[in-house]
Amino acid sequence: MSDLLNEITLFSVVSLGAIGGVAAIILFLVAQKFKVIEDPRIDEVENLLPGANCGGCGLAGCRALAEAIVKAESLEGFSCPPGGSDVMQDIAEAMGWAAGESTPMIAVVRCNGTRDLAPPKVRYDSATTCAFAHALFAGEGGCPFGCLGCGDCVLACAFDAMYMDKETGLPVIIDEKCVACAACVKECPRNIIEMRKKGKKDRRIFVSCINEEKGGVARKNCKVACIGCGKCMKECKFDAITLENNLAYIDFEKCTLCRKCPPVCPTNAIHELNFPVRKQKPAETVES
Amino acid sequence: MEKLKTFVMGGVHPPENKLAEKQSIIRLDPPDSVAIPLSQHLGVPAKPVVNKGDEVLTGQLIAKGEAFISANIHASVSGKVTKIDAVIDTSGYRKTAILINTVGDNWSNGIDQDESLVTDYDLDPKEITKRIQENGVVGMGGATFPSHVKMMVPKGKKAEYLIINGVECEPCLTADHRLMLEKGEEIMVGISLQMKALGVDKAIIGIEDNKADALEHLGRLAGKYPGISVQGLKVKYPQGAEKQLIKALVNREVPSGKLPIEVGCVVHNVGTSFAVYEAVLKNKPLVERVVTVSGTSVKKPGNFMVRIGTPVMALIEAAGGLPEDTGKVINGGPMMGKALNDLQVPVTKGTSGILIFTEAESKRPQELNCIRCARCLTICPMGLEPYLLAQLADKKRLEECEDERIMDCMECGSCLYICPSGKPLLDHIRVGKNRVGKMIRERAG
Repeated sequence: MSDLLNEITLFSVVSLGAIGGVAAIILFLVAQKFKVIEDPRIDEVENLLPGANCGGCGLAGCRALAEAIVKAESLEGFSCPPGGSDVMQDIAEAMGWAAGESTPMIAVVRCNGTRDLAPPKVRYDSATTCAFAHALFAGEGGCPFGCLGCGDCVLACAFDAMYMDKETGLPVIIDEKCVACAACVKECPRNIIEMRKKGKKDRRIFVSCINEEKGGVARKNCKVACIGCGKCMKECKFDAITLENNLAYIDFEKCTLCRKCPPVCPTNAIHELNFPVRKQKPAETVES
Repeated sequence: MEKLKTFVMGGVHPPENKLAEKQSIIRLDPPDSVAIPLSQHLGVPAKPVVNKGDEVLTGQLIAKGEAFISANIHASVSGKVTKIDAVIDTSGYRKTAILINTVGDNWSNGIDQDESLVTDYDLDPKEITKRIQENGVVGMGGATFPSHVKMMVPKGKKAEYLIINGVECEPCLTADHRLMLEKGEEIMVGISLQMKALGVDKAIIGIEDNKADALEHLGRLAGKYPGISVQGLKVKYPQGAEKQLIKALVNREVPSGKLPIEVGCVVHNVGTSFAVYEAVLKNKPLVERVVTVSGTSVKKPGNFMVRIGTPVMALIEAAGGLPEDTGKVINGGPMMGKALNDLQVPVTKGTSGILIFTEAESKRPQELNCIRCARCLTICPMGLEPYLLAQLADKKRLEECEDERIMDCMECGSCLYICPSGKPLLDHIRVGKNRVGKMIRERAG
């Protein structure tokens, strides 16, 4: 009896073992044949990303961004709005790429045509969408380059970093919340919003106007328009200011934030942000 | 009586308000100065051929349309070119224009200013097209497509019918109506010239039956001109749109995204036919046009023959001045026209009317929720679903917009007119069209 039992046990063990062995070999061969080589770095990058799958980067999700970054072997052109530059920095370090290349950026509204400074001449009465208003006319204030004030940019912002100022009719960017995703830049039909270097201690100097009309015409519609006089260009010692189509532009790469240009602008079109209050010079106090 | 024809799908019938239909055309004196925009037509702006300080004569070429789709522009007054500068035009933006200060009214040589009828149209078809092109004739219905381009039938296509648009379906406007009554004979000769240039032997003039006098007048004249027939149409907006007019008159449907020549038709406005007559037989360039000035508050609504480049304000003065409670001044008809943001804008080749709305009339109704009544769907002459397009456009679902044929919308405004909830459907659709158009262009590279 025990012999029979032994025989059955032995037979089962041997046959099952054989089947297992053959199956293992087949599996091994198939696995070799259909092996998918995946870059382990993709997982690494994906783990560093926030994992929100928000699509803010313009791709289908965090995995897609990770794949794209590893494939491109660089961070250029990629951004992760919720993660911000910290995440990109981490990725750069983990991948061993040159770190510190990404400078923190921020959106800047280059129009200061408030209701007081660029008073409305007509009343706009149609769909409150900048895209439509832009196709229709120059704007309530008459400036064909200025802000239309319908707030398409605010709607485009996924991070609540913008709001429309009811008093001025212009959008305002909340510095702390802006993640430099540039959604507002793409949305604005007049390209008023620009991504600029955040600057040391958040200090920035920029021309808050993109009007390319001749000085007199621009000035007629708006008191703070850039009239293209070129005074700031002459003042700048670093060649940071260029004048094209009656419009001055400050290159934020070259600008050293020396604060020489804002006082010379006759229309106060050059803005400086987050600087300490200027010491009043005697000459200026007389003028006031 | 023969049953009146019309198009089948959709359409509305807004109050006609043709206040100026009994007012004969009044010729206004040339203004003190004119601003003649370089882009008065569809296509590439013309290139100026005069300089600041030049003396010009009325009818002299001042800007040349060099591109294929472009048109010549002529001085509408005689005098001195003061500058070539950007002025606000009907687009609401500053565009380059030639400014002339009027001195006298001296016409350039070779222009027959005589009003008498010339009927000698024994000309080579090529010569007719050439004269149309030289004299800068564009579509006078409002779209301002250069007329000579329409005269050149593309290879492989054949024109069978010349369709003449005397519909003037926009409420309030009466410019074409008056022109048909007062210049009927000239229009007939113009049509004969156009038929010859195109090589067609059938022309049909479509006129809505609210213009019974014009219908009868042209119907009587048509007997004298071989091949031309006049057809009365039931009043329905937007019958003056190319595709709707073709459907109404010859019962053919222009495929989506195609031109009328696809079904063997070429469509011209009656105003264009008159301009063709003057350009070809009188050698007179397009330097003036008929503009209706109307509105319930206007003291003297009327139809005025004015020089191109005249400020709109001068026209309003001629009609009794700007009423006090004006809310909006519209360039064009009440359905498709656009509010002006400046009253000094010049009259261009496409200005068919200046309408003045009172404060109360120009107020938009309060926007309420959609009640799913589907009226917009029933009246859309292109068979679109306006409520859906507006929503899709709002949510930026552009691919779906394209699938729903948003680009077929001709912006007639019927949906906005009919909506009981006062929804600005057309505004949203326009935004969507803008975006979809951009998307299509980007895809094409």
